Amino acid sequence: MGYEFDFDAIADNLGLLLHGAGVTLALTAVAAVCGIALSIAGAATSRWGAGWARSGVTAYVELIRNTPFIVQLFFIFFGLPSLGLRLGAVQAAVLAMTVNLTAYGIEIVRAGIEAVPAGQREAGLALGLRPFVVFFKIILPQALANIYPALVSQIIITMLESAVVSQIAVTDLTHVADFIQSRTYRAFETYFAITLVYLLMAVSLRWLFERAGRRLFTGRR
Amino acid sequence: MITLSLFDIFMFLLRAVRWTLLLAGIAFAGGGISAVLLLLFRYSWPRFGGQFVRLYVDLFQGTPLLLQLFLVFFGLPLIGIEVSPLLAAGTALTLYASAFLVEIWRGCVDSIPRGQWDASASLGLRFVMQMRLVILPQALRVAVPPTVGFLVQLVKSTALASIVGFDELTRSGQIVANATFEPFTIYGLVALIYFVICYPLSEGARRLEMRLGRSR
Repeated sequence: MGYEFDFDAIADNLGLLLHGAGVTLALTAVAAVCGIALSIAGAATSRWGAGWARSGVTAYVELIRNTPFIVQLFFIFFGLPSLGLRLGAVQAAVLAMTVNLTAYGIEIVRAGIEAVPAGQREAGLALGLRPFVVFFKIILPQALANIYPALVSQIIITMLESAVVSQIAVTDLTHVADFIQSRTYRAFETYFAITLVYLLMAVSLRWLFERAGRRLFTGRR
Repeated sequence: MITLSLFDIFMFLLRAVRWTLLLAGIAFAGGGISAVLLLLFRYSWPRFGGQFVRLYVDLFQGTPLLLQLFLVFFGLPLIGIEVSPLLAAGTALTLYASAFLVEIWRGCVDSIPRGQWDASASLGLRFVMQMRLVILPQALRVAVPPTVGFLVQLVKSTALASIVGFDELTRSGQIVANATFEPFTIYGLVALIYFVICYPLSEGARRLEMRLGRSR
């Protein structure tokens, strides 16, 4: 075989690579925080909201879960400007990731809420707590403890799917890879190294979240 | 700028759907066969096979599909294989599908109580016959709903093939959007077409699961 592997291209661009990894993590962090907050709101709505609001949430969830992320991204980035909503690439990426994560998050959080025994809510209300307080202090903590692993998985999936945002020129990790390979012609080595970086990020994120989860939720169950 | 009627655009996109479906079909068939082989490997050689399958699944589920696609697209030529976009996308999606399917089906096989294995072993059945006569018929029933659910994910994943230049639905959408300057309508239509393909599958998976839940 005549091909010689040469990873110098990666070694020479470590700074760039770290920048890309930082962008990917930052996008994921923002999308995760917004997405989970919206998921909680959406799940609460679909559980206790008015009829029309419930149908709205269901329609949203089904629409997003049955279309590809890349099409959602293109729709937001290329399509929305014709409605007068012009977003920068980073804003569009964060919005698309949040919208996507929220749809899956709603289903996850709703399952968590449904798994909390009805007696918990009734007991809280019987003690004279306001419904608002019952939700945030009694139901939600137990629901989140139940579904924490599923939420973590969904955040990691969002991070991996975010590789697609390189297509609208967000300088994330994959975009850095595109840049390095276009200058060095070492496409395979570059993408191989970047794939390993993603793997490393996914594995360490999972590990970190698991540790954090053990600390957060011990004694709650 | 080209002016096309909405009907022309719609027909153009509809013609691209067959490539999306073909790619999903290839990936499902290839991934299904590979997954069955991996499963046989796992259960006939428990220690090493189990670890290998776990690593395989973690690798594919822990890295972006887009990067897997690039690795195949740029990697196959290194071993002397000329790649067309269809070959690259088909190969990458087959590998990707096999990792998910083996994980789903492993769960189904593991949901069969240990006693079924022991009882069939005590009847003198060897591994292949145990699988064929006792384990698989029960596991298959459990496997149908999540497999249909995975098909949704697979159809959506084929959209990434547009990035390596395979003319499926998403790329056809890009092409018309660039020609007509009507991205809002066109990406909306593309999303709608994906929805029409995927929603019945999602709904089917849900119904099948409910029926399975009731029958047990």
